[in-house]
Amino acid sequence: MNPVVRIVARRLGHAIPVLAIVAIGSYGLLALAPGDAVDAYLSGGAGGDAGYVAQLRQQWGLDRSFGARLLSYLLSLLTLDFGWSVAFSRPVHEVVLDRLGNTLLLMSASISLSFSLGTVLGVVAGSRPGSWRDRLLSMLSLALYAAPGFWLGLMMIVAFAVKLSWFPLGGIGTIGAPLEGLAQVRDMAWHLVLPASALGLVYLGLYLRLMRSGMVEAWRSDFVRTARAKGLARARIVWRHVARNALLPVVTMLGLQAGAMLGGSVVIESVFAIPGLGRLAYEAVGQRDVPLLLGIILAGTVMVILINLLVDLAYAWLDPRVVTR
Amino acid sequence: MRLPIVSRRAVLGSALGAAGSAVLPAAAWAQGTPRRGGTLVVAADTQPRNLNPAIAASNGVFYVASKVIEPLAEMSYDGTGLAPRLATEWSGSADGRSVTFKLRPGVTWHDGKPFSSADVAFSAMQVWKKAQNLGRVLFNDLEAVDTPDGGTAIFRFSQPTPFQLIRNALPAVTAVVPKHIYEGTDVNTNPANTKLIGTGPFRFIEHKPGEYYRLAKNPAYWDRDKPYLDGIVYRVLPDAGAIAAAIEADQIQLAAFSAIALSELPRLARVKGVQIVNKGYEGITYQLTVEINHRRKELADARVRRAIAHAIDKDFVVKTIFSGYANASAGPIPKFDKVFHVADPALPAFDVARANALLDEAGYPRQGGTRFRLRLLPAPWFEQTRQMGDYLRQALRVVGIDVELVNNDAAGHTKAVYTDHAFDLAIGSPVYRNDPAISTTILYQGGLAAGVPFSNQYGYNDAALNTLINKASETLDPAARAQLYREFQRLVAQSQPLIHVAEFTFISVIRDSLHNVANNPRWATSNWADAWLSA
Repeated sequence: MNPVVRIVARRLGHAIPVLAIVAIGSYGLLALAPGDAVDAYLSGGAGGDAGYVAQLRQQWGLDRSFGARLLSYLLSLLTLDFGWSVAFSRPVHEVVLDRLGNTLLLMSASISLSFSLGTVLGVVAGSRPGSWRDRLLSMLSLALYAAPGFWLGLMMIVAFAVKLSWFPLGGIGTIGAPLEGLAQVRDMAWHLVLPASALGLVYLGLYLRLMRSGMVEAWRSDFVRTARAKGLARARIVWRHVARNALLPVVTMLGLQAGAMLGGSVVIESVFAIPGLGRLAYEAVGQRDVPLLLGIILAGTVMVILINLLVDLAYAWLDPRVVTR
Repeated sequence: MRLPIVSRRAVLGSALGAAGSAVLPAAAWAQGTPRRGGTLVVAADTQPRNLNPAIAASNGVFYVASKVIEPLAEMSYDGTGLAPRLATEWSGSADGRSVTFKLRPGVTWHDGKPFSSADVAFSAMQVWKKAQNLGRVLFNDLEAVDTPDGGTAIFRFSQPTPFQLIRNALPAVTAVVPKHIYEGTDVNTNPANTKLIGTGPFRFIEHKPGEYYRLAKNPAYWDRDKPYLDGIVYRVLPDAGAIAAAIEADQIQLAAFSAIALSELPRLARVKGVQIVNKGYEGITYQLTVEINHRRKELADARVRRAIAHAIDKDFVVKTIFSGYANASAGPIPKFDKVFHVADPALPAFDVARANALLDEAGYPRQGGTRFRLRLLPAPWFEQTRQMGDYLRQALRVVGIDVELVNNDAAGHTKAVYTDHAFDLAIGSPVYRNDPAISTTILYQGGLAAGVPFSNQYGYNDAALNTLINKASETLDPAARAQLYREFQRLVAQSQPLIHVAEFTFISVIRDSLHNVANNPRWATSNWADAWLSA
């Protein structure tokens, strides 16, 4: 069998039990949280009477037992029906798909930024360990890694949106502007600059350090000495031998980051008022909207599984030994 | 930092900021000739699942919906306390069994159909009475609404109902929805609950969840030369810091409901073009209260409850937790309500020695410094309710009561206090809605079913008080009714079934280009037909 096909098949086979465990586990966990969707809704209102409360529970199907609700949820899941969001009065898949695009956009923009800039700067730092460039970049990476994302975001808002007015304060597009085609893409990109930077810069430091330390280690290995003994050009050694080997842990990190970013972006999405999945999950927990939260978690799980698959394929390309093992 | 999870106008940021010098009198921004045009952009923090004010009577809904769907009358600062909206006149019969409304002629719905008394009758019988959180109780005895002609609606009650109460309730509970849209449908799931159709100065255009609500001028509004604005955009900004930045950069012109962290106010007050307005919310005054579980043996003793009240320094709470933007509370009815409020000398003042003496007298001496231990659940919806929890813990330690703080999120807190009764003390913030019978006496009335939030779930059941509450709810003469509520305040001042600590309203932060701000007691939840933007 083609090794790539084998990796894909094995990974997807693992995905099904993972999804089932995630669905049942999260349903149970959220049921353990005190209060239900009606309690959450009433806490935001102006009260009512007992009949009103009972009427709401009945309308939202919360008067049934936990087992009955879980069973009917799992059954509808089998038909790819993700249920009804009580907090939004809409089908879950619509609410999630509405936000998924924004989150993917934000994630891919910030991951591209942190990964590309981080590895390149890491190569610069690691090509001559101990040089002044290396020290400067190491300091920068530490500072970035130590800065909390929301603080970085707010500082960027103050500097670039309030004081300099270069970028918009938040949101995903200009409100009410009937933009189409390229103009709309440009408008969205313009809105994404600050949030993607705030989200990406924190990880940039991490990639930089990983890349650098990987390179420092690779410099000491025998094949590098051999390459130097062969009289290869320094640039060729740096890129072909040192950097390529140092890239493996960075790619591992990339897979982990993609997963973590779903949660990490709650804060950035709030600061920049971007309607994404992170904030939606936060609202779903607060509103005790079980079907919605599960929809988000399942969407996130699928995304993480897919990204990990891509990471595994990237491994195979970077280091052919991975496939044979 | 504030995240959008806590709704309940989840806003009162943090400390209200020592911005006293920047608070201007109303006249400072009510002057000038109105300019037409312009789109007002304001911050919104919650997006209610049901935006229909006829069903969900709450401030989060009114903030957006009151511009589209109008009540029969609105609150006003002038003498009568009410300004006409869809009704122009109202009068009650002597026997308390009917109320007659004269309706405004020449009003059309946003879809072009004419408005008539049939809409009012339908709204009252099918929506307010059956589906509305407040209306279900208030209109429980409403038997029928007669419509002798298109301009008259006569409400008929099976029991004598005080006209004073109906009148006071008009602004909050009488949003009129179109019969032709709702008739024959399930009122609770009608699509018009999120895509509103009303008679108000603004039409509902769209809601992009997580991004914005957009309203546009209604060119056929009954008040011919209004509204002045071309439209209103509610930008969903979940982060308080980002809201402050947005108003500083003039990207929004209003942050209402104390949406900006109060600690930011002193700084914002110095920004050119920004004003802080401490007015326009009197009609929705909140009370910071200590809720008490009377099922707990120690707390069933009025001496212990009075001792707890004596241990609280209300002025300190006002100065520190609210940075001065609140008043020490003098009972369950706020001072703004001149008709019902009475200042009672029996109210326990801050007096630690008296508190200690009362606790000794009640039979709870200090044993190793501690008398007994209580669980305290501060409501999570306002920064101030949480801070009050911290303060109360310190204040009670001084008199020998050990307090364990238990923190929950909104849903968890609501369940723990109002359904499971799993608390000894709680910090709450009930709203006073223009009449004690709407949201206030329900906090004292005994024998209510479990699971109803913001009602007496405290295990308190006092026969004398129940009788008084029932009597007031059927007393027709306004003066006699007011007298009964004064008596009610005297009783609760004495026995302290709940302890009222502070009464507070909200702060608006505006750009000075926005005019006619805070010109009625529930301005943020009124229709903004006369608001305008200078160039």
